[in-house]
This record gives sequence, C-alpha cells and structure tokens, in this order.
Amino acid sequence: MAAKEYAGKTVELDADGNLVNQADWSEDIAKSLAQEEGINGLTERHWVVLNYMRKEFQTKGDAPSIRKLTKESGVDTKELYGLFPGGPAKKAARIAGLPKPKGCI
Amino acid sequence: MKKLLILGAGTAGTMMLNKLNNALDKNEWQITIVDQHETHYYQPGFLFIPFGIYKRKDVIKPKRDFFPTEANVIVSEIEKIEPKENRVILKNNKVLSYDVLIIATGAQIKPEETEGLKGELWHKNVFDFYTIEGACALADFFKHWEGGKLVLNITEMPIKCPVAPLEFVFLADSYFTERGMRDKVEIHLVTPLPGAFTKPRASSILGDFLDKKNIKLTTDFSIARVDNESKKIISWDEREVAFDVLVTIPTNMGDAVIARSGMGDELNFVPTDKQTLRSQDYENVFVIGDATNLPSSKAGSVAHFQADVLFENVLSFIEGRKPQEKFDGHANCFIESGFGKGILIDFNYETEPLPGKFPLPGVGPFSLLEETKMNHYGKVMFRWMYWNFLLKGTELPIESQMSMAGKRL
Repeated sequence: MAAKEYAGKTVELDADGNLVNQADWSEDIAKSLAQEEGINGLTERHWVVLNYMRKEFQTKGDAPSIRKLTKESGVDTKELYGLFPGGPAKKAARIAGLPKPKGCI
Repeated sequence: MKKLLILGAGTAGTMMLNKLNNALDKNEWQITIVDQHETHYYQPGFLFIPFGIYKRKDVIKPKRDFFPTEANVIVSEIEKIEPKENRVILKNNKVLSYDVLIIATGAQIKPEETEGLKGELWHKNVFDFYTIEGACALADFFKHWEGGKLVLNITEMPIKCPVAPLEFVFLADSYFTERGMRDKVEIHLVTPLPGAFTKPRASSILGDFLDKKNIKLTTDFSIARVDNESKKIISWDEREVAFDVLVTIPTNMGDAVIARSGMGDELNFVPTDKQTLRSQDYENVFVIGDATNLPSSKAGSVAHFQADVLFENVLSFIEGRKPQEKFDGHANCFIESGFGKGILIDFNYETEPLPGKFPLPGVGPFSLLEETKMNHYGKVMFRWMYWNFLLKGTELPIESQMSMAGKRL
C-alpha cells in the first residue's frame, strides 16, 4: 500500500492506485486524480458520470460496468470514451474515489 | 407433495437433477426439469470443430440419456418466472408452481449487441465458435482458406470459458503450421482486457506463450462496430484493426426469460450470493452455472464445483437449516496450447492461477501453468468424464474447494 499527496492531502492508495479510504475523497482530489489520468479539467458531463458512479457504489457496493453506465447514467458509450479516454469504467471509478470495478473473469 | 423445479437442462441443471433425484424422498418431493431443447451440447468441444479435430457428432447427445428414468421432464420454452407467486409460466401458458426453484438457464452469445457484427459478412468472413452453427461454418471456411489476417476479438467480459479465445489462437497456430501455411496467416488476438488473461501471473505467462507462437496481441480494445465493407473492427476510441477473417466472441448474456421476469442485471445475469448460491432477492430460489452474476468463470468445471455446494444447500434449506457459505469461486481449466500439448490452471475468487503440480502435490500428473503433453491428455479425457460421470452427478476425485497443496507462491 502506498501513500501519495493529492490537492495538499496525503491519502492511502491500493494496489490499483485507487483510494483506500473513500472518506479521503473530495472534489479537489478528484481533479488531481483526473489530471494524473490525462484529463485536464472536469466538465459538467464528467460530473454526471462521477456522481452517478458514487451514488451507485453507495447503494450497490460495487462500481458499475461500462454497460451499466451507458444504460443508466444518461451518457452513451461513445461519449464515455471521449470523456475518459482508454477505460471509462476504470478511470471514472478511480477519479470518483472508488475501488476498481470487479473485473469479471 | 412438495415441488422442486429446475429451469434449464444444460450442464448445471442436469447435474442438479441427478444429485437431487438420488437424495430426495420420492413420496415427499416431485422434481421437474424444463428445457426448450432436446439435444445436449458438449460446449467445451466447440473449440475443436473449426480445426477439424471434432465433428458435430462428437459434441451432441440426446438430453434424455442423462436424465433419471423417473424424472419429470418438460420440453418447452419458458415465458416468465414469477418469484413472488412461486410459479413459472411456460410458453403455452401452462403454470408450474414450486416450493424450491433452481435457475440454470445459462448464457448465450448476442452478436446483435454490436453494430455491424451480424452484418452481411456474418458466417461468411465473420464467425463465432460459441454455437454449433458458427463452429461448423468456420470449419468449412478454414478448409479452403488460403491465408491472410485472422483476427480473434473478444467483445466484452464476462464470457463463457475465458480461456477459450487463447486456446483458439494457440490451436490456429498449430493448425496452420501443420497445413504448411503458417507463414501466410497473421494471427492477432484483440482483447478489451489489459493483458492476455484476467489474472496477473497467468496473464504474463500466457502472454509469453503468445510471443513464442508469433501471435500478435492488442489489449484495451473495446469494439464499437464492425465495418463490413472495409473489413475492419473499430473501437470506441476509433482505433482500427483490419481482418480477412474475424472470429468473434460476442457479448454473452443470460437468458431473455430472466429479463422478462425482471430478475437480472444489465446482462440478464441473476444477482446471486457468492458463497451460498442463493438468489439475493428470494430465499427459495437458487442459481447455478452461467446464469449467475458471480465473479467466477462461466465454465463447466465451475458449475460442477458449484453443484456440490448447491446440493448441500438445497438439502439444508429443505430441512430448515441455514445454507452454508462454501462456494469459493473454484475453477479448473485445461488450456489447449496446440501441437498435442496443454496448460492447466486452478484458481478461485481469492487465489490467482499459480504454477505447481495438480492434483497431487509434487507428483501431478498435471502441471500448472506449464505446457505439457499430459495436460493435453487431461483435456481429451475430460470429454469422456463429462458424458459418463459429471452430468450424472457422480462424485469426482477433485475437491469442490480449491487447495493450495502443490502450488508455488
């Protein structure tokens, strides 16, 4: 487990680089995490996704898959890849301060 | 008379029928199984059909051969499950009530989920091998193919038998080498995963095999659509891969009856307790095999290990005891690696595939995460075990729970 400073606060990270304690999360930390993922500046559309993910995690205990995001967040797959290039579900979960979505094997 | 109803007579449903039929008192319980098909497919065998190793006749048998003689079997489509009313409606509006329900309705491929996948090239230059029709069409295509770009693409996870795509490219390497045309075929595995497999150690070892066999690997590729005209697959972030023949593992989804019944997640898989295999929503409903939403592999070996646990838990439930939390996600997969060899992996929810010997520590005869002839024989022999023991619910000499004995950390 590693500790790292984001937005002036030292937080613990798990093996995937995601926050260990969700309580550490703040909008400022989200911005720094986004920057680290190559996303400069979180727009309103980013926040639609991030807020949906956080809400989903609170009720279900797992970060949603891309398919679920597309179906329920109001942001379609194409736009998701535009907002979070590379891996929307994985990146958005990290920026939202959640653990990596459970990879299905 | 109490009623136990099993939906689906594939690998998982048939095993449960046989186990429970031997255990339940016939004066107290009536067991019924429902399935729309009369033919049982040995799905692990589909992989071998494109390469002419198996033919259709090698992977099919009548389902009735595996049912106990006194079993109450209904051949019908299922319209809807009404779990609050404890009943199931069949296609012809016949109503079946139950005291205990076991859902074993499996998973199917849904090429319709990807734009252009089931287009004009479907079963001409674009093939699946997860159906008997796709596997046979691909066998015919390969017989006369003169070479070019062979692309294997996984659409999205989870899929049935997550090692099958690897086995396919390994066998393709072996097949085209033996036909003296390997230099004319470029083999390319294109996956949405960050590596060759889902778990880190196996992913790195299996990735090395790809290198060694001169198979190209493209990772983190999530397919958005197929361009039938230019023969390309295109990802959501607009990367393109050209193909001459595309072998696709389409989106896998649970049965449509699960969606019609409002019992599934976004992929029609039924939310299931990871350890007890009981439905998360209904206490007299149990779920087994590919129909569950569990983060374990969708594979026959997993269904087999689940069946041992579920059998105990159904008996516990019937006798008014609490179901035991015993399923650990155990999976055991032989991976065909071509040229008469194979690789074996054994893992569960918590422990990733590790090197070592199996099942006897230090002895084997099988080797974990290594390529050996013995592992291949294990795979070949498995089909015989499947037809003769596994489906009939006979105990096999492998524990349901994964063992660390023989594994190297």
